[in-house]
Amino acid sequence: MGEATITVNGQARTLHDATTVAGLLATIGLDLRKVAVERNEEIVPKSAYALTMLADGDALEIVHFIGGG
Amino acid sequence: MDSVPVADTWSVAGRTFASRLVVGTGKYKSLEETAAAIAASGAEMVTVAVRRVNLSDPGAPMLQDFVDPKVYTYLPNTAGCHTAKDAVRTLRLAREAGGWNLVKLEVLGPPPHLYPDMQATLEAAEALIRDGFEVMVYCADDPVAAKRLEDLGCVAIMPLGAPIGSGLGIQNAAMLSLLIEQTKVPLLVDAGVGTASDAAIAMELGCTAVLLNSAIAHAGDPVTMARAMKLAVEAGRLAFLAKRMPRRMGADPSSPLAGLIR
Repeated sequence: MGEATITVNGQARTLHDATTVAGLLATIGLDLRKVAVERNEEIVPKSAYALTMLADGDALEIVHFIGGG
Repeated sequence: MDSVPVADTWSVAGRTFASRLVVGTGKYKSLEETAAAIAASGAEMVTVAVRRVNLSDPGAPMLQDFVDPKVYTYLPNTAGCHTAKDAVRTLRLAREAGGWNLVKLEVLGPPPHLYPDMQATLEAAEALIRDGFEVMVYCADDPVAAKRLEDLGCVAIMPLGAPIGSGLGIQNAAMLSLLIEQTKVPLLVDAGVGTASDAAIAMELGCTAVLLNSAIAHAGDPVTMARAMKLAVEAGRLAFLAKRMPRRMGADPSSPLAGLIR
């Protein structure tokens, strides 16, 4: 795989190597137990993080719970 | 002597709660204050929002570090969603993050009233229920729309008492009474409570529970107000169960007239 450009929470990000969702979360430094991930408007189950390869043009949303009413 | 049921609990979606106060976790000065106020409120269920993680500060403390989801039932909301599609996407993420399917649906109109958009709410409720969610739904005090939501399968009906965050108190006692009368699932007043007496009034009307956030978070002393709300909800519930005396136009002396000295 060459370079791939993906969008994470609205920000462009360049991947230089083949990367899984699990790899990306580890690079960012997030606690996997506290977040949820959507890839191209589809949920990525936690069980699939290590199996899901990111591809050029992917749009990810990584969310967590915050205070709300 | 004690005629009030010992365990006056309520249930929604198979979960049983002793506290009839549900509180939001927004608008606090800090996560420490959030945790202290929620503990003082005695609430067992708390509403939470779903938002993007701050990628530039991934190690920042998270709500879950202060308000333990093992202790409190998280009720993820759809605040900020204006379409059924956004609401479904948001709550699918919440379900993945939290692993449960009990959610609060709210689809709002524009400021300054943020009044529930009932057409969009009905569409979103239908989509969420089809997707396996158990939906507690914020709604207008509209008996026709509320009945439709109940018939769709919503597990709790949650009309406003006044606009969100307004603190104007219960402005619609007559409409709430109609809704309480017709609704077979739990009915919570959600939005409008400003101070303890408002929460007591909602409970005296016969609501199942009260949901509030700003009234505690924006009080001068949130932790003390949280305790006031706990007591007010309990007092209002007891007054409802005790059945208030009839109102009468004239006075009725409390002391006997017989036996007065001459």
